[in-house]
Amino acid sequence: MKLGVRIAQVIPTIILVSVLVFCLQQLMPGDPAIVLAGEERGDPRVLAQIRAELWLDRSLPEQYWHWISNVVHGDLGHSWRTRQPVAELIAQKLPVTAQVGVMAFLIAVLIGVPTGVVAAVKRDGPWDYLANAIGLAGLSMPNFWLGIMLILFVSVDLGWLPASGYVSPWEDWRQSLATTVMPAFVLGNSIAAILMRHTRSAMLSVLDQDYIRTARAKGLAEMTVILRHALRNALIPVVTLGALELGTLLSGAVLTEQVFSIPGFGKMVVDAVFNRDYPVVQGVVLVTALLFILLNLLADILYVLVDPRLRRA
Amino acid sequence: MVRGRALNRFLKRPAAVAGLVVIVAFVALAVLAPLIAPFDPIATSWTAIRKAPSALHWMGTDENGRDVLSRVLFGARASLLAGVVSVSIAAGIGVPAGLLAGFAGGWVDAVLSRIVDAMLACPFLILAIALTAFLGPNLTNAMIAIGVSTAPRFMRVARAATQEIAGLDYVQAAYTLGTTPLRIAVRHVAPNILPPVLVQASLALAAAIIAEASLSFLGLGQQPPSPSWGSMLNSAQRFLTQAPWLAVFPGLAIFLCVLSFNLVGDGLRDALDPRGR
Repeated sequence: MKLGVRIAQVIPTIILVSVLVFCLQQLMPGDPAIVLAGEERGDPRVLAQIRAELWLDRSLPEQYWHWISNVVHGDLGHSWRTRQPVAELIAQKLPVTAQVGVMAFLIAVLIGVPTGVVAAVKRDGPWDYLANAIGLAGLSMPNFWLGIMLILFVSVDLGWLPASGYVSPWEDWRQSLATTVMPAFVLGNSIAAILMRHTRSAMLSVLDQDYIRTARAKGLAEMTVILRHALRNALIPVVTLGALELGTLLSGAVLTEQVFSIPGFGKMVVDAVFNRDYPVVQGVVLVTALLFILLNLLADILYVLVDPRLRRA
Repeated sequence: MVRGRALNRFLKRPAAVAGLVVIVAFVALAVLAPLIAPFDPIATSWTAIRKAPSALHWMGTDENGRDVLSRVLFGARASLLAGVVSVSIAAGIGVPAGLLAGFAGGWVDAVLSRIVDAMLACPFLILAIALTAFLGPNLTNAMIAIGVSTAPRFMRVARAATQEIAGLDYVQAAYTLGTTPLRIAVRHVAPNILPPVLVQASLALAAAIIAEASLSFLGLGQQPPSPSWGSMLNSAQRFLTQAPWLAVFPGLAIFLCVLSFNLVGDGLRDALDPRGR
């Protein structure tokens, strides 16, 4: 696919995402002005003032235009609860989730890729079945339950790691690692299972090819054939599929952060839901969707750069 | 005849058959819950607060003295209901939309596909959470939210299958015979996209059950005191040191149920599409 076309395709998707996020607000039961007015909800002047301020007294297309032109300028509105700008709140919480997310992704790659390789090389043998069984179990395990069980064994019974809380790596990196390693493992677990399946099938299709037979015929050690020749090519589709798992990672973060009381992005959105802080919920959906679209675009561009066969197309 | 062969292939997979047996067992337990549950799942008891598993209470009792086994049995109803209803909503929106997009092509396909791209860009659970937040937290809205968030996956599968089938000779022959496009879509194409839709449905059931448990765990699904596996885990978390059994059984139930649907889904995929893998 031509890169220009791919980039152009992203634009209508982004516009539609913004419409979708805007429409979420319309699902809300009741009048937002009454919710916002609180104690003063009986005063029609206050209600009129709030409606005018939030453009609630305009037509829907006008409201959308007002909202989207603010968004384009980086203004995602204000939290109804704390009055802080939503963009600022997200910018505060995102690094925490990113730290756990990056660790989770590393753990997923370290578990998923080697087990996928072993499963493919030992195809239909006991190791293959074992890897598949563990993979399927990983996919079927609700990650909040895995988190609770780990807290039970590692923190409550063994007392090795703190059960909850978060310390920034700038404050104390050892303590930070101790508080994030369990959540990162929980979060990485389901992605490891997906990576294992992808690596296995990518390795299986590569191992059948002629150049692998040639490499073996040259008398190269089996390890060299697998790692240098097969894995290098098998990893290309796996890397782009990794970008698709950003959604899994962010969805998982909501639950893991809740279980381990980590003050990140996911905990913020759940708290916002309970406080009926709708601008924060909207902002989070919009930002995660944009992140997902941009990361996938980046992965497609990298894919073309890494694989010379796709460059001319 | 083709279906008979697929059924044989499915039955030759012990893991898939085991999954099916567990699902049937869960459905039976959920349906018969009022008859077989030893206690009322919402009756509290001051004398039986947080008792460890025993001969009387096989899975122990919770912080309000309610029997955990009875709550797990009744919780199966919420989970399975949520799975079936939300997947039906998803298929009900996604399959006709995919059929339309694959069959009509052109701008209809372009518009529908971009809407699907936009929905798939929002992380599944975050979209479902946002929808339940705006609709209001209860089991019905959770099912609607999960269904709507899952619909794009069905649309993609149905669209791809429709495009493949619409190009086949027998469909072209039907055109030549003067059959109307609507009749071709409904009578000739729709029945043949069923296999991939069925595979998608069983995998989506697994995902929907996890999603319902997740929303209930966050307090956005089934509301107390009605039992659901997710909300049981939520309250179990507060008593991890005093009553660890509260966290074990509901989680195990979710895990077994989801694992079984995944096993059946994998089995169906291999049975219906022998070229795969």
